[in-house]
Amino acid sequence: MNAALIAGVIASSILSGTSLLYATLGELVGERAGIVNLGLEGIMLIGAATGFAVAALTGDPYVGLAAAALAGGAVNLIFAYLVVGCRANQLATGLCLMFFGLGLSALVGRPFVGALITGLPRMHLPGVGGAGARLLSYDMLVYLAAPAALFIWWLLFRTRWGLVVRAVGESPAVVYAAGRRPAFVQYQALALAGLLGGVGGAHLSLALTLTWAEGMTAGRGFIAIALVIFARWNPLWAIAGALLFGGAEALQLQLQAAGADVSPFVMNMIPYLLTFLVLILWGWNRQSAAPAALGRTHFGVE
Amino acid sequence: MPRSAATLCLESALGAASRAALVTLVALGAFAALLTAAGKDPLKAYVDTIAYVFGNPYGFSELLVRMIPLLLTAVAVALPSRIGLINVGGEGQLYMGAWLTTAGALSLSDQPAYVLLPVLTLLGFVGGGLWALIAGVLRALRLVNETISTLLLNYVAPMIVGFFIFGPWRSPESASYPQSPAFVDAARLPSFFHTRVNAGLFYAFVCLLLYWLLMTRTRWGLEMRAIGGNPEAARQLGVPVFRIILIVMFLAGGVAGLAGMVEVTAIQGRLVSELSPGYGFIGFLVAWLAGTSAVGIVVMAFLFAVISSVGDILQITQGLPFAVVNILMAVILFIVLARRSVGSAAR
Amino acid sequence: MTHGPPLIEADGIVKRFGSLLANDVAHFDVRPGEVVSLLGENGAGKSTLAKILYGYYAADAGEIRVRGERVDISSPRDARALGIGMVFQTFTLIPALSVFENVALFQSDLPAVMRRGEILARMRHYADRFHLAADPWQPVRQLAVGEQQKVEILKQVLAGARVLILDEPTKVLAPQECEGLFRTIAELRAEGFGIVLITHKLREVLSSADRIAVMRQARIAGTLDRREATQENLLRLMFGGALVAPARRTSPPIHDGHGYALELREVSTLGGSGAMQLRDLSIAFRPGEIVGVAGVSGNGQRELGELILGLRRPHAGTKLLWGEDASRWSVATVREKGVASIPDDPLALACVPGLTVRENLALGTGVRYRAGLGVDWQALDGDMQRSFARLKFPRPNFEARAATLSGGNLQRVVLAREFAHAPKLIVALYPTRGLDARSTMTVRALLEDARDGDAAVLIVSEDLDELFAVSDRLLVLYRGAIAGEFGPRDFRAEAVGPLMVGTGDRADAA
Repeated sequence: MNAALIAGVIASSILSGTSLLYATLGELVGERAGIVNLGLEGIMLIGAATGFAVAALTGDPYVGLAAAALAGGAVNLIFAYLVVGCRANQLATGLCLMFFGLGLSALVGRPFVGALITGLPRMHLPGVGGAGARLLSYDMLVYLAAPAALFIWWLLFRTRWGLVVRAVGESPAVVYAAGRRPAFVQYQALALAGLLGGVGGAHLSLALTLTWAEGMTAGRGFIAIALVIFARWNPLWAIAGALLFGGAEALQLQLQAAGADVSPFVMNMIPYLLTFLVLILWGWNRQSAAPAALGRTHFGVE
Repeated sequence: MPRSAATLCLESALGAASRAALVTLVALGAFAALLTAAGKDPLKAYVDTIAYVFGNPYGFSELLVRMIPLLLTAVAVALPSRIGLINVGGEGQLYMGAWLTTAGALSLSDQPAYVLLPVLTLLGFVGGGLWALIAGVLRALRLVNETISTLLLNYVAPMIVGFFIFGPWRSPESASYPQSPAFVDAARLPSFFHTRVNAGLFYAFVCLLLYWLLMTRTRWGLEMRAIGGNPEAARQLGVPVFRIILIVMFLAGGVAGLAGMVEVTAIQGRLVSELSPGYGFIGFLVAWLAGTSAVGIVVMAFLFAVISSVGDILQITQGLPFAVVNILMAVILFIVLARRSVGSAAR
Repeated sequence: MTHGPPLIEADGIVKRFGSLLANDVAHFDVRPGEVVSLLGENGAGKSTLAKILYGYYAADAGEIRVRGERVDISSPRDARALGIGMVFQTFTLIPALSVFENVALFQSDLPAVMRRGEILARMRHYADRFHLAADPWQPVRQLAVGEQQKVEILKQVLAGARVLILDEPTKVLAPQECEGLFRTIAELRAEGFGIVLITHKLREVLSSADRIAVMRQARIAGTLDRREATQENLLRLMFGGALVAPARRTSPPIHDGHGYALELREVSTLGGSGAMQLRDLSIAFRPGEIVGVAGVSGNGQRELGELILGLRRPHAGTKLLWGEDASRWSVATVREKGVASIPDDPLALACVPGLTVRENLALGTGVRYRAGLGVDWQALDGDMQRSFARLKFPRPNFEARAATLSGGNLQRVVLAREFAHAPKLIVALYPTRGLDARSTMTVRALLEDARDGDAAVLIVSEDLDELFAVSDRLLVLYRGAIAGEFGPRDFRAEAVGPLMVGTGDRADAA
C-alpha cells in the first residue's frame, strides 16, 4: 500500500463522489422538508442529458450546467405539485418520476449520442505542481462540492428558512400553529432539491465521462437516497458518505491492481450493510434521526 | 328494488373502465404531442402496436410473457399492503429467488425434470421469501421501517448475484460476459406453442387466485384486513399481529422470488447480472393502480405490457430508444396520481 | 396585586358543538398581576373557553375585549399578536429540535439569517427572570416533561404574551416539578402578567390563585376571591352538591367464598412513552360484583384495563384469572377464557372502520366460528342476531361498513359482540362516554345483569354519580396506585373527590 495507490483511490473517490454528493444534498433538503423522492434517479438522468445536449448545442459546458440545473428544478416542481399540491402517495409518485426521467432523458439525449463536447475544464490549484497537480486538478463542481455541503448545512441550521423546513419535516401541524405555511416551504425545498439533483447528473456527462448514454447514472440516484439515511440527514456527514460510497469501488479496483483479491461486489455491499447496522442500532435505542413527518406515512415504526 | 351485487359490480367496473379510458386517451395524446415534437410519427406507432399485439399471435404471446413477472411482483406488493406494509423490495426479492434457484439448478443438474422443477420452484419461493423476511422481522420488532429496509435490500441482492456470477458460478465458456453456465434442459421451465409464454403464467395466475381466496374467503384474510384497517383494534381483539407480519412478508417475498425463478429457468436459461428491467418497481405501480383487487392487477399488468410493446415498436420502426416509452407510462400515472389523490383528499 | 383595567374580558360567550352546549359564560376576565383559576371537573367547559380566548375556536356569540378594546380573535396567531398565549396539555413543541429552535420558530419577527446571539440573550433574560432556565441546545425530546413545559411557557412569553393560559399544567408533572411551575407563575404575576390556571386540583387553587372561577356544565357556577374560598364550598360548586348517594338498584350481593375471578398480586407495570406506570396493585375481583374505579383520566385507568386484557404484561407481581397464572397469556387467550372488553372509543379501539359490521362481529371471537379455513358466517349471524335481540338493541345492517355507523350504534355493535357468549369478566372503560341518557341506562343495566349472572365487572368512569349508582365497591386510582377503597355506605363526593385530585387522606372502607 503505497502513496500512489492511496492517492489514486482518493482521486477516484472524489471524482465519483462529487455527483453523488450533489444529488444527496438535494434529496436531503427534500427529506428534511418531509418529502422522500424515489425518482431522484430520473432527475439526475434529466440533468445529465440536458446538460450534455445544451453543451453540445452551444459549445459551452457552463451553459449546459445551468440548463441541467434548471431542468432538474423544473421537473422536480412537477413532482412537488403532485405530492404537495395533490397530496399524492410519495413513493408511487417518486417511482413514476424515475421512469419519466429515464424516458425523457433518452428522448432528449438521443440526437446527441456520440457527440463530442468540451467538458467542464479542469483547474489547477495555483502553486501546486508535479504529482500534486495531477491529483488536484478537478473541474469546478468538484471544488464546490464540499463548500456546497457546508452551504446547505448553514442554510438548514442557521437561517429562518432552514428552521422552518426542518420543522415542516418534523411536524407540519406545529408549523401551522406557528403561523407559517408548510406547503409553500415544501415547494421551495423541492425546487432546490431538483436543482442539485440536476447538477449531480450533469457532473457525470459534463465532467466524468464526457458522453451521454441511456441510463448512465446506473443507480446513483438510489445510492444517494441510501446515502441520506447513512448521513443521518446531515449535510456534513454526507461528504464522508459520498466518499465512502463513491470510494468503495475505487478502493476495490486499486486493491485488485495491487494484487489483493477482494470482490468488488463485497466492497460495494459494505456501505449498505453499515447503513443497515446504523438503522438497527437507532431502532434499538428508539431514536431516529429521520424527520418525524417524512413520507407523511409513519416512517418510523409507530 | 335493490340492485344485485353483480349489477353494482358491473356498474363500478364500467365506471372505472371509462375513467381509465379517459386517462389513457389524455396520456396518449400528450405522448403523441411529444413524439411529434421529436419528429416522429406517433399515430403510426400506435397503429403498429395494435396490429402487432392484437393482430399477430406471436405479438400477443409476447404480451403475455411481459405480464408474467409483473403479475407476480404486483402480488408481492399487494399482499403486504393489506396489512399496511409497504414493500418496495420486489427487485431484491426477485434476484434472491433467482439466486437460490440457480444454486439448486447447478447442484442438482442430474435430476429429472419432474423432480427438478418443483424443487426449483420451491427454492425460488424460499429465496425471495427469506430476503423479505429480513425486513419483516425488523418491522415486527419495531426496529426499522419496512420501506427503508426493503429498499436497501434491493441494492444488496444484485451484488450477491454479481459476486456469484463473477466468482464461484462463473461460466467458463463466456469469458467476456460473465454469467452462470446454462441450465440443463430438465431445469428449464417449459414454454408453449413455440412462443416464450411459459409455465410462469400458470404460477402467476395461481398466486393471484390464492391471493384472492386468502383475502376474501379465509379468516386470515379477515385478520389481515383488520390489521390494515386499524392495527390497534386488531391487537386489542387478539389478532396475532407480530406473527402475521412475518408470515405475510415471507409470502410476499416468495411470490417475487418466483418471478426471479421464472426469469432464470424460462427466459434466460441461466443466471445473468441484468435480470430485471425494474419489474419490482413496475409491479409496485401495477399494484398501486390496481388497488386491492386481483382483477385490477391483471388489467393493469396488461396495460403496462401493452405500453411496453409500444416501446418495442418505437424502437424497431421509428428508431427511438425503448426507454422513451417510459414517458407514456409516467404520464398516465401522473394523471392518475393527481386525480385520485385530490379526490380522496376532498373526501 | 392587580392594577389597571383587565387584560382580557369575555362577555356572553356561547359555544355549541352540534347539540352539545359547551360554553355559556356570562362574564370572565383577567387583570394584570393576578392569577385566575378556572376550576371544574372534566367536561365542564374550561378548555373550550380557553381555546376560544386563544383563537382556536370561534364563539357562537359573545364579545372579547383586550385592554378595553373589542377584538376579533380568529386564529392562534391573532391571539399571540394580541399578547395572549396558551400552554396546552399536549405541547406544540417539535421533539427533535432544540429548545432554542422551538422558541425561535414561534417568534413573529425572526430575521432571515437568525441572529442567534440576540435571541439567546432575550431567552436567557426571560428564563432567569421567570425560573424557566433550560439548556438552549438540548433537543426537546431529551427534556423531562416539566422542563418541556418550561420551554413552552418561555416560547409564549418571548412571542409577546402578557396573558398566559395554562391548561391543566400540573397534570403531567411530578410533585417537585410543580414547585418550579408555581415559582414561575409567582414571578410572572409579580411582573404584571395575567395568568389563567385551568385545573381541577383544589390544593393548587387554594395556594396560588387570586380569584377562582368555578365552572360546571358549561356555565360559571360561581367566582370566589381566594380569601373566601374553602375546600368545602369549592367542592360544592364543582360537583353540584351531590351529597347524598342516589338510590341503588339492587342491594350488594353477599359473597359466598367463590374463587376470585381476577386477582392482582403486587402487580407493577413499566411506564414510558406516555403510559402511566402501575405500582404495586393488589386487587381481587369476585364473581358477581361490580367494582368501580374512580379517578381523573390519565392516572392509570387505561393501563389497568390493558393489563387485565393481556395487552400489557406485568413487570412484577402476578395476575391470576380464575386461579390460573395469566400473566403471560395472549389477548386471544384471555378473551377465549371469557373476558370481554368495552373500550371508551369503540371506533378507534374495538372496530375496524373499513370492515363491515358482520366482519367486525367476527373479529375477536377466536376459535369459536372456525370453519375450515374460513368463518362459519351462518353460525355467527345466528348468535349475533340472538345477542342483539337479547339486549333489545335494534339490529343494524350487517353489510354496512362500520365507519358509517353512529357512535352509539357502534357501541351497541361492540356490546352485542362482547356479550354474545356470557362473559365472566367484563372490563368497561368509560362505557357511557358520549352516549345519550337512554343508551347510558341500557349499558348500566347490562352491566348489572351481568353481575347478577355472577360475572365480575370492572367499570372505569369519570362520572362519580354513575359509579355511585352501579358499583358494589369503589376504588380510587391516583398516579397508578390505589389511593383508597370505599364501600357503598361511604359513597360521597366529599370523601371520594379529594382522593381523586390528590388531596385528602387515604381512606379505606370499613
